[in-house]
Amino acid sequence: MPTLRPESPEEVQEAVRAYPRLRAQGGGTKPALSTPKEGEGLLAYEPEEFVFTAFAGTPIAEVEEALRAHGQYLPFDPPLAGKGATLGGTVAAGLSGPLRHRYGGLRDFLLGVRFVDGEGKVVRGGGKVVKNAAGFPFHRLMVGALGAFGVMVELSFKVFPRPRTTRTLRVRREGLEEALADLERLRLLPLDLLALDFIPPATLELRLGGFERSVEARLKRLQDLLGEGEVLAEDEAHWEAVRDLGFLEGSPVWVKVPAKPHLIPRLEALPLGPRRYLDGGEVLYAGTTEEGLKALREAGLPHLVLRGAEAPLFPEPQGAFFAGVKKALDPKGRFPLG
Amino acid sequence: MGFLEELKALLPGRVLTREAELAPYESDALTAYRKRPLAVALPERKEEVIGVVRLCHQYGVPFVARGSGTSLSGGSLPVEGGVVIALNRMNRILRLDPKARIAVVEPGVVNLKVSQEAAPFGLYYAPDPSSQPVSTIGGNVAFNSGGAHCLKYGMTANHVLGLEVVTPTGEVVRLGGESLEGVGPDLHGFFVGTEGLLGVAVEITLRLLPRPEAYHTVLAAYPSLEAAGEAVSRVIRAGLLPGAMEIMDRLSIEAAEKAVRAGYPLVEGLLIVELEGPKEEVAEEALVLERVLRESGALELRVAGSEAERQAIWKGRKAAFSAVGRLSPDYLVQDGVVPRSRLGEALKEIQRLSREYGLRVANVFHAGDGNLHPLVLYDGKKPGELERAEALAGEILRLCVRLGGSLTGEHGIGVEKKGYMPEMFAPEDLLAMEEVKRALDPKGLANRGKVLPEVAGAHA
Repeated sequence: MPTLRPESPEEVQEAVRAYPRLRAQGGGTKPALSTPKEGEGLLAYEPEEFVFTAFAGTPIAEVEEALRAHGQYLPFDPPLAGKGATLGGTVAAGLSGPLRHRYGGLRDFLLGVRFVDGEGKVVRGGGKVVKNAAGFPFHRLMVGALGAFGVMVELSFKVFPRPRTTRTLRVRREGLEEALADLERLRLLPLDLLALDFIPPATLELRLGGFERSVEARLKRLQDLLGEGEVLAEDEAHWEAVRDLGFLEGSPVWVKVPAKPHLIPRLEALPLGPRRYLDGGEVLYAGTTEEGLKALREAGLPHLVLRGAEAPLFPEPQGAFFAGVKKALDPKGRFPLG
Repeated sequence: MGFLEELKALLPGRVLTREAELAPYESDALTAYRKRPLAVALPERKEEVIGVVRLCHQYGVPFVARGSGTSLSGGSLPVEGGVVIALNRMNRILRLDPKARIAVVEPGVVNLKVSQEAAPFGLYYAPDPSSQPVSTIGGNVAFNSGGAHCLKYGMTANHVLGLEVVTPTGEVVRLGGESLEGVGPDLHGFFVGTEGLLGVAVEITLRLLPRPEAYHTVLAAYPSLEAAGEAVSRVIRAGLLPGAMEIMDRLSIEAAEKAVRAGYPLVEGLLIVELEGPKEEVAEEALVLERVLRESGALELRVAGSEAERQAIWKGRKAAFSAVGRLSPDYLVQDGVVPRSRLGEALKEIQRLSREYGLRVANVFHAGDGNLHPLVLYDGKKPGELERAEALAGEILRLCVRLGGSLTGEHGIGVEKKGYMPEMFAPEDLLAMEEVKRALDPKGLANRGKVLPEVAGAHA
C-alpha cells in the first residue's frame, strides 16, 4: 500500500475516490489499527462553551496544551497522548484512560464529526454544542469503528474544568478476593473519584480531585474506609505514565479488554502479562503474547489489539445492523472491517 | 389469512381496530397532528414484538413503536393505515444488578421507575427528561432524551450500554454489552436517537450511577433575562460544573406562581443553580458560587437550607410547562439549542420575534447546555393563529442553527422539524442518513415519514 499524506479534507476525498482500499493513520501509536492523519490543528475553541473542534489528525498533546491554558481538560483521558496519539486515532480505536472513571469515556465527550465516506462524500454528524438530538448520530458510529465507515477529518468534543488539586491513595490488600471486595464497595459510593484502578494481584489506586481543603478531607475519609495506605501528593507524573500505558512497554502484544468486576477472577486466570484494570474494573489494558490472545479468544472475551497482531478486533462485527450501516456508507468495501 | 387476521392470531385479544379504541393512539404530545392507524398491537413479550415487525415486513405494512406517547415532535404519530406497536405492557425491569451498576429493562419501563428501583442501592438512572414520571425508556432511547443535567451527565445515549434490537426487516441483533467500555463500532450509541427509523429496541441495558451525596441549590433573581444569562457565563468562567442551571422568564414565573405557589420573586429572570457531589467539595464550590452570583448583580439570592426547601425551588420549574399552558388556550413547546455564550442574543431576538408576530412567548430553559424551550402561546380557535405560531417557532429554530446550535436538544426531529433539517444539514449529510435508512429498511416501514425530509432519493 502506498502512503498518501493528504493535507485537507478535499485531498482525503480525492484519495478515497482514487483507491479501492484505504486505511487511515494518525500518530501511529497503535500500529495494529492505524488511523487518520489529514490536516491537524484546532479549528475552534471557546473555553466558555466547553467545546472545541479540531482536525482529526491533531495530536492530543496539542489540544491538551490549549485546554490547560484555560483550566480545562479532556475528561475521558485519551491514552498514549504523550506518545503522539491523535484525536482521530483515539476515536477510531475507541480508547479512554483512567480518568474516565469520573465523568465517562470517549463516547460521552464526542459531539460531532465530519468524515469522508466510502463514496468520497463529506458527511457531518452531530454538532458543536453540548446538547443535540438532531439527525442520525454518525459521530457515535465512529467510536471504536477502526475507520470502517469513513475517514474522519474533523471532530468536536465537550471538555470540562480541570480539577484544581489532586491526590492519590494507594492501598495494598492481602489478595485478589479482598481487593475485589473493596473495589465493589467503592463503586457504589458517591465519592466522585477521578480514577479507581485495580492493579493485580491486590493493589487499588484511588485518585481524588477538587478544591485543596475538600481533597484533604475526602482523602481522610477514604483512609478511614480503607486504611492509611500510601499517599501520592504529586501524582501527575504517575497518572501520565499510566495513561501512556507505560506499564505495557516491553510486552509484544498490547490488548484492551472490556470488563466488569465479576469478570476479573476469570481474566486473572488467563496467561496475561503486565496489566491494569481502569474505571472500577470496567476495562483492562494488558500486555501479553500470542498465547494470551489465544486464551482470550477461546474464553470468548471480546478485545482489541493495539500492538503486535494482524487481526486487531475480536470478534469482528457481525449481524444485520452492522452490515446495513456498512453497506450504506462503504458500499465498495474500501475501508477496514466487514 | 390476511395481515390483520395474522396479527390477531399472533396477539390474541390484543389487537385494537375499533374506532373508539384507536382514538387515544391517533396523536402524541404534539396534538396538532393526528393520524388514524389501521390497528394497535399490544405485545407483552419481546418475541411478540419481533413477530409483529416480521409480519409488517412480510406484508409491507408501516409500523410505529410507541411508549407513553409523550413525544413533543410527533415522533410517535401513527402512519395512516399502519400499525402502532404499543409497548407499555412490556414494563418489566428484567435485572437490576447493583454490583455491575446496570439495569436491564424492557422498552415500556417508565424512566422514573428505574431510579426508584435503584434507590435502595444508593444508585440512580441519570437522564431526567421532564416527562420522566410518564415517558418510557424505549421512547427515551429512540429520541435520545435529555433533561436538566445534560451538561455534566450527557444524554440518554451516554447511559445506554447495550441494546437488543429488531431491525425493520425482522432480524434480531445485540448491540453493545454491559461494560462501560466496548470494542468495535459503537452501534448501540448510533442507534440511540435514530427515532425508531432503524428498528425497535426490545431490551435495553442502562448504566446506573451512585446518587450524589450532597446538593446545594440556589435561586437567584435578576432584573433582566440577559443578566440571568450572563450569570450562567460567570459560573462557567469560575470553573464550576453545576449539575443543573435553569432559567425562567417573567411570564413563566407568573404562570408557575399561579399554578403551584412556589414563592418565586416576581422578576424578569430567575436562575436556579444546583451543585452536587461529595459534601466537602460542594461546600467549597458553594463559596465560589455565592461570590460569583453576588457579583453578577442578583437582586436576591435564596439558598435551600433543607431538602424541603430544595424541592420548593424545583417545584415551580418542574410545573412551568403545564402552568404556562393555563395562560393560553394552546401553546407550542419549542426546543432548540444555541451555544451558551449566545443565549443573551438568542433571547433578545426571540423577544423581537414575539412582538413582530404578536404572540406571547414564555421562556423556560436549560441554561447550562444552551437548550432553549420557548413556549409560543396561541389560540387555535382564531383563524390563522396556529399557522402564525408555527411560523414563529420556525424562525426560532432557524435562529438556533444560525447561531451555531441545533434544531433540537432533546425532543427530536419527528414530523414537526423534518422540514427544517436542510437548514442544519447539507444534502450529503441527509443523503447518508437516507442511505443508512434504506439499507436497514428497504421497504421504508419503520416510523415512516419522520426525521428525513422529502428530498432527492427519499425512500418509500
